[in-house]
Amino acid sequence: MKVNKEDVIKIAHLARLELKEEKIQDMQDSINKVLDWMEALNAVDTSSVEPLVHMTPAINHFRDDQAKAMLDRQHALNLGPDTNESYFKVPQVIE
Amino acid sequence: MSTFQSTIYQPVIGLEIHAQLQTDSKIFASDAVRFGREANTLISPISLGHPGTLPFLNKRVVEYAIKMGIAIGSDINEWQYFDRKNYFYPDLPKGYQITQDKTPICIGGKIKVKLKSEEKFISFHHIHLEEDAGKSMHEGDNPFSFIDYNRAGTPLIEMVTDPTLHSSEEAFALVSEVRKLVRYLGICDGNMEEGSLRADVNISLRPIGTEKLGTKVEIKNMNSIRNIQRAIEFECTRQAAMIDAGETIIQETRTFDAHTGKTSSMRVKETMNDYRYFPEPDLAPLHISQEWINEVRASMPLLPWEQEQELVDQFGLPAYDAHFLADSKEMALYFKEAANFTKAYKALSNWLMGPVKSHMNESLLHIQDFEISPKNLAEIVDLVELGSITHNLAAHQLFPLCLQERSKSPKQLVDENGWALVDNNDELNNFVQEVIQAFPDKVKEYHKGKKGLIALFIGEVMKKSKGKADPKLVNQLVQEALAQ
Repeated sequence: MKVNKEDVIKIAHLARLELKEEKIQDMQDSINKVLDWMEALNAVDTSSVEPLVHMTPAINHFRDDQAKAMLDRQHALNLGPDTNESYFKVPQVIE
Repeated sequence: MSTFQSTIYQPVIGLEIHAQLQTDSKIFASDAVRFGREANTLISPISLGHPGTLPFLNKRVVEYAIKMGIAIGSDINEWQYFDRKNYFYPDLPKGYQITQDKTPICIGGKIKVKLKSEEKFISFHHIHLEEDAGKSMHEGDNPFSFIDYNRAGTPLIEMVTDPTLHSSEEAFALVSEVRKLVRYLGICDGNMEEGSLRADVNISLRPIGTEKLGTKVEIKNMNSIRNIQRAIEFECTRQAAMIDAGETIIQETRTFDAHTGKTSSMRVKETMNDYRYFPEPDLAPLHISQEWINEVRASMPLLPWEQEQELVDQFGLPAYDAHFLADSKEMALYFKEAANFTKAYKALSNWLMGPVKSHMNESLLHIQDFEISPKNLAEIVDLVELGSITHNLAAHQLFPLCLQERSKSPKQLVDENGWALVDNNDELNNFVQEVIQAFPDKVKEYHKGKKGLIALFIGEVMKKSKGKADPKLVNQLVQEALAQ
């Protein structure tokens, strides 16, 4: 599997990364190197192996439904990049 | 509202119904789930997506979803894991929503809906668990949007139907049934204005008789079942006109405006949808054993259609009555409680469908808040059934008085007001004789064939009894007296 220039631009956009034009080729080569390396795994026959979704054998890790102490609003807002007295502020999202 | 009817196009509709689960805490964190609290007061580092935090699954959320699955006859997936749905939007602080993509908790299932001309099963594709997002507020020209994360992490089940609905009537009936069902199950309050129950509609048209689906449009933002119906009607008409004019329908998301009754394209800056789902590594897989399913099954309340059947079987009510009474769990419970105190089940049902329902509508109350206890309503029913008072008096005088004088029983009120009917035939016959003697001319006319005059005699006897005689009995006595 290889990524092309358009793939790189799309991936950068999805990750909200600003990629300079001259960096695209570098990035493309770099991603393809990783993919080449992963290719080695394709040589192994995995047809009889169940997909491994999690690394631990734990299942059904539950919490009881009980509301507990919450984060103080002022404290939480102080951690945001831009706020007013009760809301987090972001650049307008609807055109 | 006009109904979309076309001899050329068939609408194909699928619904995604989101129900907020009525839990105490959020799906992956212990912040409280409450509606209408001050902005950003129900939050935690987990629901704000702070680095290093881990989600922790609420067990009740899983139980509630299993309940819904059992109720509609889904298969419960034995092994499940959660998935990340990645997208950037400020009301989603982590940059991804935790949902179930590959292994939804429930597969299949169906709900029967009653339509004007038929009954139909509507099938579900699946039900999955996910977390709700926060709320963004936009005000006019303000260059900022304001975010409240109270709702972020509220547990949701998303019920996805197969695209097998073909009219707004079916959509209306389905959402009504789902709302009734989640309320019966006690898993969601079903309040659409507050957004506890929401539906997105996918809709396309295709030439009648063909299989291939047309380009679908998704409609969001309908906060009532009625508006879902209106939006579908508008959208069918809009799409048909576009196809007729040779225009191409584009796949898009549209929003419904309840004031204009129209849908319009949502112009959101981010248009590239590529969610890159992958298994959520921070949550352990779920295994739902048969024992667990059996436990949940054992804790299930009667379902609406079971309740309806019970009312028919146990109390001999007509299907119509049973359907009305089972429309809410509380109404059915009220009936069953009152039925402990009277045997006149049909009369009791009539009272609930008539005077009680009108009173609820006028005072905007629910049956839970109804002022008259089931026992007292049963007493009113029996007072009429046993002939102690007329129905007319019960409905227009006793019933309103009972609403106010809550500490007194209906019997007490009837006694205090001297409303009990004169059921003494001798006394009534005396009245009848007095009346016949007072109107000799009318009696002659009656015997000559003017039978309508009987109403006059009955009216006079009723007057003498001060309205406390049973009109049926008086009718009988007057007829007997005149026949002699």
